[in-house]
Amino acid sequence: MMRSPRFDATVLTLGFAFLYIPIIILIVYSFNASRLVTVWGGFSLNWYSAMWSNQGLMDAAWVTARVGVLSATLGTILGTMAALALTRFARFPGRMAFSGMIYAPLVMPEVITGLSLLLLFVAMGVDRGFWTVTIAHTTFTMCYVAIVVQSRLLTFDRSLEEAALDLGCPPVKTFFKITLPLIFPAVIAGWMLAFTLSLDDLVIASFNTGPGATTLPIKIYSQVRLGVTPEINAICTILIGLVTIGVIAASLTTKRAELRRVRDEHLAIRGAER
Amino acid sequence: MAKTLGPVKRKFSPWTDPNAVPFIRFENITKRFGDFVAVDNLTLDIYEKEFFSLLGPSGCGKTTLMRMLAGFEEPTEGRILLQGQDIRGVPPYRRPTNMMFQSYALFPHMTVEKNIAFGLEQDNMPKGEITARVQELLKLVKLEQFAKRKPNQLSGGQRQRVALARSLAKRPKVLLLDEPLGALDKKLREETQFELMDLQHTLGMTFLIVTHDQEEAMTVSDRIAVMDKGIIMQVATPAEIYEAPNSRYVADFIGDINIIEGKIAETASALGAPGTVRIESEGLSIAVDQECQAVKDDHVAFAVRPEKVRISLDAPADTSANAFYGEVWDIGYLGDFSLFIVRSEDGRFFRAAQANVSRLVDRPITFGDMVWLTWSRDAGLVLTR
Amino acid sequence: MANVAEANPVTNAGGPSWTRWLVVVVPYVWLILFFVAPFLIIFKISLSDYAQAMPPYRPLFEGVGAVGDFISQLDFENYIFLTSDSLYILSYLSSLRIAAISTLLLLLIGYPMALAMARAPTSIRPTLVMLVVLPFWTSFLIRVYAWIGILKPDGLLTLLLQTVGLMGPDQQVQIFRTDYAVFIGIVYSYLPFMVLPLYSALEKMDNSLLEAASDLGCPPWKAFWKITFPLSMPGVIAGAMICFIPITGEFVIPDLLGGADTLMIGKTLWTEFFGNRDWPLASAVAVILLIMLVVPIMIFQNQQKKVV
Repeated sequence: MMRSPRFDATVLTLGFAFLYIPIIILIVYSFNASRLVTVWGGFSLNWYSAMWSNQGLMDAAWVTARVGVLSATLGTILGTMAALALTRFARFPGRMAFSGMIYAPLVMPEVITGLSLLLLFVAMGVDRGFWTVTIAHTTFTMCYVAIVVQSRLLTFDRSLEEAALDLGCPPVKTFFKITLPLIFPAVIAGWMLAFTLSLDDLVIASFNTGPGATTLPIKIYSQVRLGVTPEINAICTILIGLVTIGVIAASLTTKRAELRRVRDEHLAIRGAER
Repeated sequence: MAKTLGPVKRKFSPWTDPNAVPFIRFENITKRFGDFVAVDNLTLDIYEKEFFSLLGPSGCGKTTLMRMLAGFEEPTEGRILLQGQDIRGVPPYRRPTNMMFQSYALFPHMTVEKNIAFGLEQDNMPKGEITARVQELLKLVKLEQFAKRKPNQLSGGQRQRVALARSLAKRPKVLLLDEPLGALDKKLREETQFELMDLQHTLGMTFLIVTHDQEEAMTVSDRIAVMDKGIIMQVATPAEIYEAPNSRYVADFIGDINIIEGKIAETASALGAPGTVRIESEGLSIAVDQECQAVKDDHVAFAVRPEKVRISLDAPADTSANAFYGEVWDIGYLGDFSLFIVRSEDGRFFRAAQANVSRLVDRPITFGDMVWLTWSRDAGLVLTR
Repeated sequence: MANVAEANPVTNAGGPSWTRWLVVVVPYVWLILFFVAPFLIIFKISLSDYAQAMPPYRPLFEGVGAVGDFISQLDFENYIFLTSDSLYILSYLSSLRIAAISTLLLLLIGYPMALAMARAPTSIRPTLVMLVVLPFWTSFLIRVYAWIGILKPDGLLTLLLQTVGLMGPDQQVQIFRTDYAVFIGIVYSYLPFMVLPLYSALEKMDNSLLEAASDLGCPPWKAFWKITFPLSMPGVIAGAMICFIPITGEFVIPDLLGGADTLMIGKTLWTEFFGNRDWPLASAVAVILLIMLVVPIMIFQNQQKKVV
């Protein structure tokens, strides 16, 4: 109906080509034997072995993974609580300010967030390092989690909770038995989002890091500034691979049910319309 | 809508006139969605100024048929003629039809006024004329004081009126109404039905309405097409549909009815009276005055509406009369009449309705009474389909 | 404890009062401590003096009784310096210009994509959404880095254009280290942020509205401007703000793809902080950036509240 499928298909093809071609090129050239980007010197895994033996890179990867898991987990707990506070409690003192604090970090330029947190840590006399980066990441990722979980809670059928309460289940138990299992896909999605954001962050980490807590983006950034090396391509490819596997696995497990539901609904609606 | 009495409604039945040219003609229309056949080789004529209903359960293809006329779907096979013109390929925005959507589809970002003016603006009508026409329509649907409101500031009934006004604004040749009253409560629905009839009469437009509400179809229509699974079961006036359904499906779909399966025992010629058949059904013997194509031993159904069945504590004087004997199993008090459900010894049920003409609270016939249900030979029908 | 249970209405599934308050208070306190408090500190330090020390600023006040000292020492030197040096003013203006142009480009590219996605068959829409989101899950830094290899003078774009004959063998693409490269990098990195809010606004739209417009004589292209576009305005505003605000303070993209003359305030702040180690001045830069962004941030928050 009033669609122009050819136009739409062209737009999507071009759009996705724009989004994916640079990433594909990056992956392809990680297997290039030549050091030059424009010259294909044959297939090679040299850069992967070079990466593997680069101790600094490996240490940075390990720091990043630990920061990511810890801050994503903390951020998910705090963010879920914030989402509950926003959707379940109509009014509490400072609710407006609270929702403002949830939305602001989403768009706040990273340089501001990073610098201001650093100044806080300095003022408090905290040594910068692993923990300051983790706290910084927790703070900005919890807001993303809050948004993701909140949008799920808004479509949540409250009568399910009410039914549990009506059947004699106390509120806290109701949360763990009814609410949490039902919003769990959103919580998981929030965690994954938080983890990737942490994995991805250069600016905030640069401000708040300290000796022995160099994260992967900081390491990559310092190498990129020195020029393009296929070694970076290799580590990027591995990161992309990990994230892709994670996303696909997550969507296979958590979204399959939802896809089926959407499809069934669609069929039912179309059936009814006829 | 002003309750002015228009000219006395003349007898209107162009479909009986063999020379009448149909205004809209669906010709061997088939519509498939993938494997699903929504409309199956359907042919239907609708005449000018007719108030025509497509009636059927959801999924019967009635909405698809209407959407093909509006231009939102193209038929897979067959053609649609509007005033003799094949309208295949004509986009919806160039068709002289307007539709009132089931969801009303009011533009949420425009005021009532702007919504009504929308179609007129598309025709580049001069501003002054648009304003005048919008005022006229606002008056017609009694929403003058709501002109500046947005749709979400209106009640359901008011939205329905805006949608109606918007679809009438361009004075379309055919107005299509998709379940127009579905979202209204019963009382408002009934009021609006009569208003729609008045309006159609005053404006002299052709109305095509899609509904699953048989009462609505019966009230408003000149003719009704009863649809099932993409085909038309019967096209007739409301009275014909009710009194002379052509199939078990139509009989059962419209109103309340007793249906008894049986077979033809004797046909007209054997009975000696033309136009009469006798049906046997497990001990019941029913005589019906009806011209009937069926021959002896054909499986048929006998159908009779409950209000045509008399209920009595006494056996009928004429032992050859149509009768059903049983115990009063249930009584439904429906205000204007009571429905008696009677169970025979062999466990079959039969329903009879009796008008509550007196204000007696205790009816003379009550639960457990053994009663006789009787009906005349011209009360029921033989259904062969 | 029966009283506690009774005090809660049945519809309150949050739990008895103390769990309820815990749920609110914990994230609230966390955000005040790690999000709001730092802003007060940054404001305070922007008013202090640079010092050759660690931390490299002179403390404004020590002890509780020194409020009077604090006020007497208040000094807007850094702000005065910012307004006197055209570098900073130009950086701010240039940041706003680049952010505005990029946001417009993002809208021009993102809107057709979001529209095409919203009009796609329902069965493939989740896949399309995932395809838009997936690049976002891969590192931002990596995606910007990928463009270096493409845009460099001896990079893949030059190679491609030379191969197809649009460019002579001695010519090279002169995009890398210019504002154009910055625009490409920004559009590329922020596209998902633009497409998703637009898509969710367009996808919600009731198709029967377009059918009604068509039924009333409105051809599709006109119906787009009269119905689709006005109704997608919340998505347009959300998308524009989600992109505009962070782009204004963007550091990585202008640093990696832009040239020496690409002035962006994020880069300036970074240089002041890491290069010149002038923390008070960097703080003042941040404060002014924040003040500039107050209006867009408020628009964004209002929009989000309406959506919720």
